[in-house]
Amino acid sequence: MSEAVSVMNGAERGTSIRVRDAGLQGMITLRGDLSAAKLKSAVKAATGHAVPKAREIAFADGKGVAWMSPDELLLLVPYGEADAAVASLEAALAGTHSLAVNVSDARAFFAVEGASARDVIAKIAPVDMHPDSFGPGELRRTRMAQAAAAFWMSDAETIHVICFRSVGQYMFDLLATSAETGAVEAF
Amino acid sequence: MSTRLSSGGRLVNKDKPVEFQFNGKRLKGYEGDTLASALLANDQMLVGRSFKYHRPRGIVASGAEEPNALVNLGQGGKFEPNQRVTTTELFDGLYATSQNHWPTLEFDIGAINTYLARFLPAGFYYKMFMFPRPFWKHVYEPFIRQSAGLGKAPKDRDADTYEHFYAFYDVVVIGGGIAGLTAALEAGKSGARVLVMEQTAAWGGRAVVDGVEIDGQAAEEWVAASVEALQAMENVEIRTRLMGAGVYDHGYLLAYERLRDHLPEEKGPRHRLWRIRTKQIVTATGAIERPISFAGNDLPGVMLASAVRDYVVNWGVSIGDRTVVVTNNDDAYRTAIVLKEAGLDVPAIIDARQGGAGALMDEARGLGIRVETGKAIAKVKGKGRVTGVAICAQAGQGGVLDEIACDCVAMSGGWSPVVHLWSHCGGKLKWDDAQAMFRPDPAKAPKGASGEAFVITAGIANGHLRSADALVDAFEAGRSAAKAAGGKVKAGKAPVAADADEATLEAIWLMPQGASIKLRMKAWLDFQNDVKVSDVQLAAREGFESVEHAKRYTTLGMATDQGKLSNINGLAILSDALDQPIPQTGTTTFRPPYTPISMGAIAGEARDELFQPIRRTPMYQWHEANGADFEPVGHWRRPYAFVRSGESVHDAVNREVMNTREKLGLLDASTLGKLIVKGPDAGKFLDMMYTNMMSTLPVGKCRYGLMCNENGFLSDDGVVARINEDTWLCHTTTGGADRIHAWMEDWLQCEWWDWKVYVANVTEQYAQVAVVGPNARKVLEKIGGMDVSKEAIPFMQWADGELGGIKARVYRISFSGELSYEIAVPASQGRAFWDMLLEAGEEFGVMPYGTECLHIMRAEKGFIMIGDETDGTVIPQDLNLNWAISKKKEDYLGKRAQERSHMADPNRWKLVGLETLDGSVLPDGAYAVAPGLNSNGQRNTIGRVTSTYHSPTLNKGIAMGLVHNGPDRMGDVIEFRKVDGTTVKARIVDQVFYDKDGEKQNV
Amino acid sequence: MLTLKCPYCGVHADETELHPGSEAHLKRYGPGSSDDEFEGYLFMRENPKGVHFERWRHVYGCGKWFLAARDTNTLEVFGTYSAQTTEPPQEIKEAITAKRPGWSWREFQ
Repeated sequence: MSEAVSVMNGAERGTSIRVRDAGLQGMITLRGDLSAAKLKSAVKAATGHAVPKAREIAFADGKGVAWMSPDELLLLVPYGEADAAVASLEAALAGTHSLAVNVSDARAFFAVEGASARDVIAKIAPVDMHPDSFGPGELRRTRMAQAAAAFWMSDAETIHVICFRSVGQYMFDLLATSAETGAVEAF
Repeated sequence: MSTRLSSGGRLVNKDKPVEFQFNGKRLKGYEGDTLASALLANDQMLVGRSFKYHRPRGIVASGAEEPNALVNLGQGGKFEPNQRVTTTELFDGLYATSQNHWPTLEFDIGAINTYLARFLPAGFYYKMFMFPRPFWKHVYEPFIRQSAGLGKAPKDRDADTYEHFYAFYDVVVIGGGIAGLTAALEAGKSGARVLVMEQTAAWGGRAVVDGVEIDGQAAEEWVAASVEALQAMENVEIRTRLMGAGVYDHGYLLAYERLRDHLPEEKGPRHRLWRIRTKQIVTATGAIERPISFAGNDLPGVMLASAVRDYVVNWGVSIGDRTVVVTNNDDAYRTAIVLKEAGLDVPAIIDARQGGAGALMDEARGLGIRVETGKAIAKVKGKGRVTGVAICAQAGQGGVLDEIACDCVAMSGGWSPVVHLWSHCGGKLKWDDAQAMFRPDPAKAPKGASGEAFVITAGIANGHLRSADALVDAFEAGRSAAKAAGGKVKAGKAPVAADADEATLEAIWLMPQGASIKLRMKAWLDFQNDVKVSDVQLAAREGFESVEHAKRYTTLGMATDQGKLSNINGLAILSDALDQPIPQTGTTTFRPPYTPISMGAIAGEARDELFQPIRRTPMYQWHEANGADFEPVGHWRRPYAFVRSGESVHDAVNREVMNTREKLGLLDASTLGKLIVKGPDAGKFLDMMYTNMMSTLPVGKCRYGLMCNENGFLSDDGVVARINEDTWLCHTTTGGADRIHAWMEDWLQCEWWDWKVYVANVTEQYAQVAVVGPNARKVLEKIGGMDVSKEAIPFMQWADGELGGIKARVYRISFSGELSYEIAVPASQGRAFWDMLLEAGEEFGVMPYGTECLHIMRAEKGFIMIGDETDGTVIPQDLNLNWAISKKKEDYLGKRAQERSHMADPNRWKLVGLETLDGSVLPDGAYAVAPGLNSNGQRNTIGRVTSTYHSPTLNKGIAMGLVHNGPDRMGDVIEFRKVDGTTVKARIVDQVFYDKDGEKQNV
Repeated sequence: MLTLKCPYCGVHADETELHPGSEAHLKRYGPGSSDDEFEGYLFMRENPKGVHFERWRHVYGCGKWFLAARDTNTLEVFGTYSAQTTEPPQEIKEAITAKRPGWSWREFQ
């Protein structure tokens, strides 16, 4: 089988703030009734995490689940397990109105790391990045400059960014430019 | 002459000399200088020429309000015109040249205009350039182009970088004077998130220059302590060189930070545009002193009284040895006192008021300064710079009483609060007769999303000219803003300032009151745009009574300074000419930005690679390395053709068509939209979305479908595949993926929200390759992994499987008329799959092809293309697509519209094929003409070309077009008009030019 | 530049994260409707100086359409609410009445 390649193939830029292609990440869009017991247990089985509250994410060791909208979750699993996870979800949710689809290859996945990681985002997204307003455990869907994106923090100095694969190069260059021009030091 | 004083200059560091160049002259200044103070320290009084008359002009002000002293700054990639010397901080190596003159600043040919002034009155542009008409193109326009504009446009790429910053605050305080600092301290103490900004490099504003005492401390000490206190607050961000540029709806505030203008060699962005959302804004923006309109008030050496004071106190620079002060208020006396204390001569204070000033007058007289009350300047004497003033009675017509030799005139016509930021988003003003100024009307503040006021104005900006009042006002403003933003305000006491009692100002709009026309023609209102008292009076006489009309007619208050000095004086003159009170005349509209901001800051990071997102398919890099001539399709870049060395693009396209028809072609079709539609009601939903019936499509099969909007017009098309009982996959056009996805969501969320359907956009999950041509099956069989025979996957069916170890979904669909497989693989393996096809296909003559080849092949087959055959006014019936419109369905989007009389009209133009008689290619978009004229007197038209190509397969021009009664006129010859006026004849034929029975694709 | 709170995800979205969608509460007329009804559905829109009801999509966020009641003149926002309704909810109507007594818009008041 031919190797799967992430959009920036592991590229990295930046020194004090580092931007890197975080590699292939299994991602599943799951739409359905998020309050249904069947769905909740299927999500738990697939990711090990409970369905989060609005605008929140649970993510650890390559597995997670993010609230994307009132009827949509993004499940995070290891890349190679996505198809199997979709099959399990479909089996578990048979008979309920739901949609599970593998979108791992439709996405680019980046990490922004450094003490001023917040500034990198605040230069390109209309989001309040002050620590009182946004912190680990939250997920925000927004635009970064001119492209749609979602991001979350796994700790105070690490921000994960996902966007569509086709704009992966743009997003990587954008994040790297924002990182390389330095901190604003306003938080 | 202007010179550096041996002492004084609180902002300059005399231990750090700095070298700079002005018009090639090497000059010296100090760290802390502005370019203005440094030029003045070198006796460079003349800094530019005025826009219209090319009059010699000097520096008038000391801050952002400066109208005259604009220069070209920097060289090459750092060149920028129209930079204000008063706001340009000096740095080592600064390079400036003056502008708006030829050949030199000192000797300027254009200065002849000043002698022609009586022939160039207000509105002369409009009067002069009307007739004779032919003059416009050959005389007037070249002349205007030559003379228009200040400065020169930069020619090189901007060598600097810029960025944006999105910030969110509870309270933003604009202005770092004592009012701003007081308001910020109060807001900060409440625990609110606060930003306080100062546009210059130094805190304290006017109070530190004027030596105000606050809470028993010198203003300088009080300011330093306050700044320190603010810096210590965790919740407060405090920045200099950050200017409030514009206030917009819902608490949106743009601020402009100049990070590297004074440190051009350091790394990092030059400017940063802060895009702020804040709950409350406090504008503590101070006030700007007004000039007085007297003859010769534009001569270099005539300066605002406060600016003369600033140059002495802040930068240790004297403008002249002998300064005459002319005023209508007490504040200008401070200038006289400061000068005297610096050891300079003040021969007289000319106070237009009969009663003169209050305590400051006694102080001035005590220093031995002659004070003349009830007097005015009849005219300023001098050529190129001030040599003296002629004195007259303010009440008279200018009869000269006395002449005083001097080399500087310090003028003060009173103060105008800086109300720009208050006004940007709808804050209203009221006229204060006693102080002769417009000030904010707190009852009519800008209102935000909640309907409550979100801008509070404080201090001098609120019309409280005396420091004592300003501090009380600012203290309350800071607390009000904090409270409105949800902060907790504790008991406290406003700082107390001590300043002298002042006599009231007297409004003096013209000096002397009865100045003759000769004097009025030399009494400038707007220095930058050369507008005089006589021009505004002429505009009023000619009927330009609205202040907005008068502005445009005379150019008063236009261009880079937007009338910061001139507006109030101008509208007072206009009011007088119209014999109406000033508030009835009103002000022109205050528009952001407060002062010009760089284009780079507005663009931010959006340049070069980041100018706009380019969407790339997984095979993009291969395309790039293999001669792809890219074309934009939405934000995607798709190869138009793969050009080989020695080939033209046209050659490449022909080669690709022939090779695909004869052997094997590969198309990167990854950009096609792919939408999963799933749910118990998905079939019903798709029956509404498409004109045809999708609910009856059997699992495993594909069907071509059309989508219309509610106007009935064709909006998108593509092949739909039924995946399983409740799941369909809809292909859209490349440009349509996001739009159609949004369209589906719109109907599901807003109209049929009880239907059980989910949609997911999986466009980018897959790399999709069209494997096309007689050898298509052979290459797939060679790669192996699944059965791709006619029996296993017949035409218009699909199957899941594996090809070469990669998971694949294979569709037997054809947009070329050849045997064709469209194969979707995971995007992350797209490049690997592409490489595999190229390698395996080598023996079968494989060649990738681009979008032009795709277009030609589809046109040869008579297939329509959304965007070519459709333009938003075309219905499927126009394109003879009735076969794709279900007759059985009661409803689909667009059905009702297609029943409207105009849509059902048999006279609508319909699609046909077109073949030129001479084999040439019809021009795209050409219209078919008929005899006679229409009701507008234009040539009658009976059709137009929608697609046109050279067909390499048939070796002739082929086209499709919409023609009146076209399908009923097969074989007729009609004429198409070309741009050069000639016509070309074409025969109406069937739109399918190649393999009409579809034998090649169905094998 | 407006900010509107998305009622689905709770984000106070910047206008640049939103996509406007014209007038709210339109009733669709399809086949079988009269020419007048269809014309009204397709073309006739309110253009008030004052209270107005609009569709917005949180396009860069949760992707949901929502409805907003606001004043086109002052840009005051009275509230945002679910798109799955054929008329403004009572609390929105009350919020408008508190600020703009006597308002009316199409058949609502």
